[in-house]
Amino acid sequence: MTPSTSPMGQPLDRVDGPLKVTGQARYAAEFEIPGLLYGSVVNGTIARGRVIAIDSTAAEAVPGVRLVLTHENRPPIASYDEPYEDEDAAEGSPFRPLYNDRVLYSGQPLALVVAESLEAARHAASLVRIEYEAEPHQTDLALVRDHAHPAPGEVPSRGHFEDAYRGAALQVEHQYGTPIEHHNPMEPHASTVHYQPGGELLIHDKTQGVQNCMQYVEKVFGLQGKVRVCAPFVGGAFGSGLRPQYQLPLAVMAALRLKRSVRVELKRQQMFTFGYRPRTLQRLAIGASPNGQLEALFHGSLGQTSRFEDFTEHEVEWSGALYACDNVKLEYELGSLDVYTPLDMRAPGAAVGVYALEMAMDEVAYAAAIDPLQLRLRNYTDINGNQGKPYSSKELRACYEQGAERFGWSRRPLEPRSLREGRELIGWGMATGVWEAMQMPASAKACLESDGRLVVSSATADIGTGTYTAMTQIAADALGLPVDKVEFRLGDSALPKAPLEGGSATVSSVGSAVSRACASLRQHILDAAQQTPASPFTGASLDDVSFENGELISRRDPQARVSLAQVIQTSGTLEAEARAEPGEERKKWATGTHSAVFAEVRVDEALGTVRVTRVVSAVAAGRVVNPKTAANQITGGVVWGIGMALQEETWTDHRLGRFMNHNLAEYHVPVNADVHDIEVFFVEEEDSVVNDLGSKGVGEIGIVGVAAAIANAIYHATGKRVRDLPITPDKLI
Amino acid sequence: MNPFDYACPSSVDEAVALAGPDSRFIAGGTNILDLMKENVLRPGRLIDITRLPLGEIASTLEGGLRIGALVSNSDLAWHPEVQHRYPLLAQAILSGASAQLRNMATTGGNLLQRTRCWYFYDTGTPCNKREPGSGCGARDGVNRMHAILGASDACVAVHPSDMCVALAALEARVQVKGPHGERSILFEDFHRLPGDQPERDNVLADDELITAVELPAEGFANHSAYLKVRERASYAFALVSVAAALDLDGNTIRRARLALGGVAHKPWRREKAEALLVGRRAEDGAFAQAAEALLEGSQPLTYNAFKPELARRAIIRALTDAAGGTAR
Repeated sequence: MTPSTSPMGQPLDRVDGPLKVTGQARYAAEFEIPGLLYGSVVNGTIARGRVIAIDSTAAEAVPGVRLVLTHENRPPIASYDEPYEDEDAAEGSPFRPLYNDRVLYSGQPLALVVAESLEAARHAASLVRIEYEAEPHQTDLALVRDHAHPAPGEVPSRGHFEDAYRGAALQVEHQYGTPIEHHNPMEPHASTVHYQPGGELLIHDKTQGVQNCMQYVEKVFGLQGKVRVCAPFVGGAFGSGLRPQYQLPLAVMAALRLKRSVRVELKRQQMFTFGYRPRTLQRLAIGASPNGQLEALFHGSLGQTSRFEDFTEHEVEWSGALYACDNVKLEYELGSLDVYTPLDMRAPGAAVGVYALEMAMDEVAYAAAIDPLQLRLRNYTDINGNQGKPYSSKELRACYEQGAERFGWSRRPLEPRSLREGRELIGWGMATGVWEAMQMPASAKACLESDGRLVVSSATADIGTGTYTAMTQIAADALGLPVDKVEFRLGDSALPKAPLEGGSATVSSVGSAVSRACASLRQHILDAAQQTPASPFTGASLDDVSFENGELISRRDPQARVSLAQVIQTSGTLEAEARAEPGEERKKWATGTHSAVFAEVRVDEALGTVRVTRVVSAVAAGRVVNPKTAANQITGGVVWGIGMALQEETWTDHRLGRFMNHNLAEYHVPVNADVHDIEVFFVEEEDSVVNDLGSKGVGEIGIVGVAAAIANAIYHATGKRVRDLPITPDKLI
Repeated sequence: MNPFDYACPSSVDEAVALAGPDSRFIAGGTNILDLMKENVLRPGRLIDITRLPLGEIASTLEGGLRIGALVSNSDLAWHPEVQHRYPLLAQAILSGASAQLRNMATTGGNLLQRTRCWYFYDTGTPCNKREPGSGCGARDGVNRMHAILGASDACVAVHPSDMCVALAALEARVQVKGPHGERSILFEDFHRLPGDQPERDNVLADDELITAVELPAEGFANHSAYLKVRERASYAFALVSVAAALDLDGNTIRRARLALGGVAHKPWRREKAEALLVGRRAEDGAFAQAAEALLEGSQPLTYNAFKPELARRAIIRALTDAAGGTAR
């Protein structure tokens, strides 16, 4: 039994909060180094072609400029694909900055100006003139539909969709579209390369995987054993830091060329010159019995990718997993365009795929004239039909029931356009959310220091998600220490191996490793305690003792106790390292997080403006380590869902093949005035399979289903189905 | 951003003497600094006018209000006389930008802010306003935010200000000082349509400085409304905005003012539309006719076909709200 003083499940304030609010937390572009040089990237303006000439005369004449780096004068870099293939690489041939004269997309980095000051670098960068030989390009996914190719990897199918669909009493078929979106974390991407006297590189990078970036730099530049990458703080990433971005190799190139320390920080506009959430064109066809029982389901998606890599994400699989249906056909294709490769963005695949599925389900509910929530319950399943395996736990039914209760769903009239107040139509909509509950191999080290403090570490990241805090709680729990006696270290490639921080798998993966390392340390502590003369623990095993309030206590004789500080005084520092990986038992089960999202909108019918006045999100994510940081994740996801539903869209000028609204004034995300009541809660869910902690992770699930719930609410308010996101005023008038 | 000289004159005459084609005045800097960072503007000299004595709001002999060019947007919007007598102006200002920007932005600067056309801001694309003769990227490009009225082949940009829409409706005057003395420009005449010189937003000469904006005595305090339709509740430029002001005798319209934002290179007014309202009862039929007249000849582009209909609805809504009494 966990003692009542356990920090597990407590809404602990962020342990890194004070550092952040007092400005002591340093981000990648905030490390000061004497003699630091500043790089400014010059981005191309054509979508496809070749660089004929780069005139850097004027740039080089600017006082303080030390180097104009181009494909012609860069240091040697690897020429095969393999060194560039990072842990999150898509299939294909990864982009190599400044490799040669080829222009693969508009916005591609084509030169780096390095100067003694940021001001000189930026000004000089504006003076670099590039001459191109442009070639015809294509950036419009809708126009390459006929040339699409199947995405690598297989998507599951079962039964006989066509026959079942033909025979179904209700047939609902529609197309859905989602636009390109950009991550736009608050902190722009930056790399500060600290050039060491011996030629080693200490790099402060904005990344979700310090070891991923370390290996990338080592391999691309042939610097094995000479690179250390740190990212103790990351100002949001949302997936944009999963792969090394181009500022990293550019900064390294400049540092190697000049044998100086160099920082390259991207401008906000340049945050639109690498990965993004791909545009999708989707089609769903659902056949159902008159009472809404699903009989046939088709979900096809066309996603966009670059010409050099096939970016894939799980867009359609959810449709085969979420509901009971015997005949499922899924299809996933890619259209190659003259663009950069897309990149995982918060709930990659699910955010867009579940949007389409859950709007289609709403349409089925209306075709069958039954309540949308009833439709979900009617098709409920505890089995993942794609895998034919039962879920290790799935408390979605509790999410539906408790979410509906808190929202007041039972008072909802089925008929659209039946609620109105003044000039506003009111609508209530709901949707289901789902995400995987993954676990990746991870390692952690736990060290009981001579001052009695516990220091635990792993090379993971905290991208604002609360990793520092959650790991502190897990470790403190394991050793019965107060949280202020525990320090967790992360964001350093020299620490024990950790996977990329993403996929909602950090608590599951790294948390399990922390738990095991601490378990191992408990044994060391007990061993050490048994070394003292006349130890009351002689012959005791771990089962015979407990760790509480900084003491080792005998279960048989609670008077027999010793403080960890005393143990360590005799033994000296004790440490243990452990690796955790998915267990065999896991293979028998399907695992997932689930949610039910309920939304209320108010639509000014004449002007087409929408306010999302209420959202209730009920989440089943196993054991919640910290309800405060976890709810924070979900709330952020809901806000993003509001943006996805109503605002977010990166516009491309297809004639130029270029993104046009590349700043935060024109790329809209919700502002405070767009965000009203959001209620988030977690239902009880026990899971002994998913990992040692029974905890599933909550980074992605918060956004999934939100846009569909809002779009469905807009239908309920107005009677209008808008299937292409975002639902801007022009689509409603 | 290019290196530049910096001057900080202490009198209006000194400022005007320093001005020229390669110089720019700077006050709040809320727009010009962005433009310089994007290399859209590369002035050789910035003339900082924040020390000039242009920060007063005072009554005029005609019973109106004289607003110094350096009065901040916040101070103007919250000034008791403005709140009380010109609520249309206060509403328009407060629906623009953010509190932080309004604290910095000045009255004169608001008139001079540049278009937010995406092509104007991106030096990797053609733009006749930024680089005359390079072509208009927006006319056949992504032109969702662009003009439906008064545009030219050379330019389809819109003026982004909210405040100016209200000032146009209120028939303010712009006080200007140049090397040859002062002149007063009717607000209507201050901003220009792009024609074949889209690089010129207004009629100011390079060496002229806005010293004040004057409001006439009539503020339509009882029956005015500013309506801004945008894609999020704040921090967004208008898809369409409407300044509507009525002088009513019972339910009969004695005088009317109507100006649109987000549809043209300048705040959009038409005498005909306002005249149509005079003598009519304040109700939908008359409002719809005024809307038709104001929007007549609209020429939507690829991505803004929704604007004429949205504008029509917004006009009717704003006039309805104005007739119902100013929201306080």
